[in-house]
Amino acid sequence: MYRKHLIVLLCVNIILFACSRKNDTAPLFAGFQPPANFPAPVYDLAKNPVTREGFELGRKLFYEPRMSRNNTISCGDCHLQTSAFTHHGHDVSHGIDDRLGSRNAPPIMNLAWHPAFMLDGGIFDLDLQPIAPIMNPVEMDETMENVLQKLRGIPTYPELFRKAFGTPEITTARLTKAMSQFMVMVVSSNSKYDRVMRGEGMQFTAAESAGYKVFQQQCNSCHKEPLFSDFSYRNNGIGAGPNNDLGRYDITLNAGDKYKFKVPSLRNLGFTAPYMHDGRFYALAGVLDHYTHEVQDMPTLDPLLKNGLPLSATDKEYLLAFLQTLNDTTFINDRRFSEQP
Amino acid sequence: MNIKFVFIYILVISAIVLQSCSRKDEVAPAGGGEMSTLSVQFDNIVGAKKLQLNTGTYVNASGETFKISLLQYYISNIQLKDAAGKTFVVPQDSSYFLIKEGNGPSQFAKVRVPTGDYYTLSFVLGVDSLRNTMDISKRTGVLDPATGMDNGMYWSWNSGYIFFKMEGTADAVPADPSGQHKFRYHIGGFGGYSAPTINNVKTITIDLRNGGIPKVRVGREANVHLMVDVLKVFDGSTRVSLAKNSSVMFSDFSTLVANNYINMFFHDHTEN
Repeated sequence: MYRKHLIVLLCVNIILFACSRKNDTAPLFAGFQPPANFPAPVYDLAKNPVTREGFELGRKLFYEPRMSRNNTISCGDCHLQTSAFTHHGHDVSHGIDDRLGSRNAPPIMNLAWHPAFMLDGGIFDLDLQPIAPIMNPVEMDETMENVLQKLRGIPTYPELFRKAFGTPEITTARLTKAMSQFMVMVVSSNSKYDRVMRGEGMQFTAAESAGYKVFQQQCNSCHKEPLFSDFSYRNNGIGAGPNNDLGRYDITLNAGDKYKFKVPSLRNLGFTAPYMHDGRFYALAGVLDHYTHEVQDMPTLDPLLKNGLPLSATDKEYLLAFLQTLNDTTFINDRRFSEQP
Repeated sequence: MNIKFVFIYILVISAIVLQSCSRKDEVAPAGGGEMSTLSVQFDNIVGAKKLQLNTGTYVNASGETFKISLLQYYISNIQLKDAAGKTFVVPQDSSYFLIKEGNGPSQFAKVRVPTGDYYTLSFVLGVDSLRNTMDISKRTGVLDPATGMDNGMYWSWNSGYIFFKMEGTADAVPADPSGQHKFRYHIGGFGGYSAPTINNVKTITIDLRNGGIPKVRVGREANVHLMVDVLKVFDGSTRVSLAKNSSVMFSDFSTLVANNYINMFFHDHTEN
């Protein structure tokens, strides 16, 4: 009897031990996983492989207000996860000391597929991107040297850099590469559209299906599937704004690029109002009205929009139904992308 | 997209060609492979006057009186040609210098070269296109965006280095909202990454024979003393007026200024 008990106890112990062992192991970090319905990423992951430690450091830096001159503004302040990492409700953003910028904050989403960054494509490497808002006098108004100095003075950071890069040294390259590791991981690929396309047991409604057809005929040449942008620079005929922002021209100095801006992705558009480079449309209805009958002829107007888009009222209705299938609620609620307690 | 690929293709091909060229020209160090230090001094002047930040008063070709409050520029990719016409290319990673008026040591670009006598010196005023597009981990020293930006020598919004920066005041310049009569010349532009644009990367070649050739020997440090006359910025193929062009940054006009400033450098003498 006694012996039997001992054996049972031993077995239970072994099972418990096995269980506890399993629990001690942190869940596996999958790293960067391109979605099945996406093309190969543009970002060179071989030169900056995503590790759990690098990703977590990048995330901490993304929510770090010390990036700004007076430690008040973090990246996450103008790129809110709940708005698919845009600044919801703001045509242009307010940065440090409530200074206003001149363009609408673009979403941080699927950046590994972007060949260039900013609405004018002025930055050609994601690893160089964080420097721009840090330096911009109306955003964070700080110098890289000061940011590095501040981080070096906080005991947790050298240790986090050691975990991510092997030594506690904090350099410009390590800082921006950690941030790139976080930003490339911020992938939105679980909208209803994606689930339909990947055949995950979801179907479009009749209206969504009809809208998808309209989309393919009228929108897909610029807002190309599956990322919903071809990442080109185009003048969509909204006309110069009050500040006469010349867009892509400021980067290339080519007169043919005046008033051109990067084609934005349509993903998560339900969360990213207002629309256009200066946020002039606060509702999608305004955007569709623009394309049907408000396109202004200009020398650099995209030829595809010369006569506007022939959308009937029914087309618009269907199109709006389809566009809502691009909203990815998993993405805006994904705890991995949120500021950690 | 096509243009982008074509452009990258051209960039890659030219990189390969340039690299193979430089390899071919690189000479084995003469005289048993010994190396020594050669110093190239950049001594900033304004016409016949030494440059004095903030206090010196100067007059340009348009007759405008001005003062200079800041002057700095990148010198890179130093090469030397010896009597036999063989070229030594300083290894690129040791060939970037930020010359700053008001910072004495920065005005001596010191490189390790094989011992020998050199007839010709050439360097890039600015930062070459390839380095402008390199991975951020290759941007160290004076090219670190942290250092470079505290010196204000990097455009973060339009990824690329500022090659030449000069600021100052002139009465002829209309007052800005703060009441200052400031001029600001920030010249850069490496040709563009995904689309071609202005290229202000300038290679300067100087014959050293008239001013005295540097004799590089072990245990000595020859110094090639160059004068850099910033008056040339305002005169040359284009006469540049401060009143009309108080702010020159990333623009087509900047190429005219760059075409002027390639003539700033002349070899005064060599200290062997």
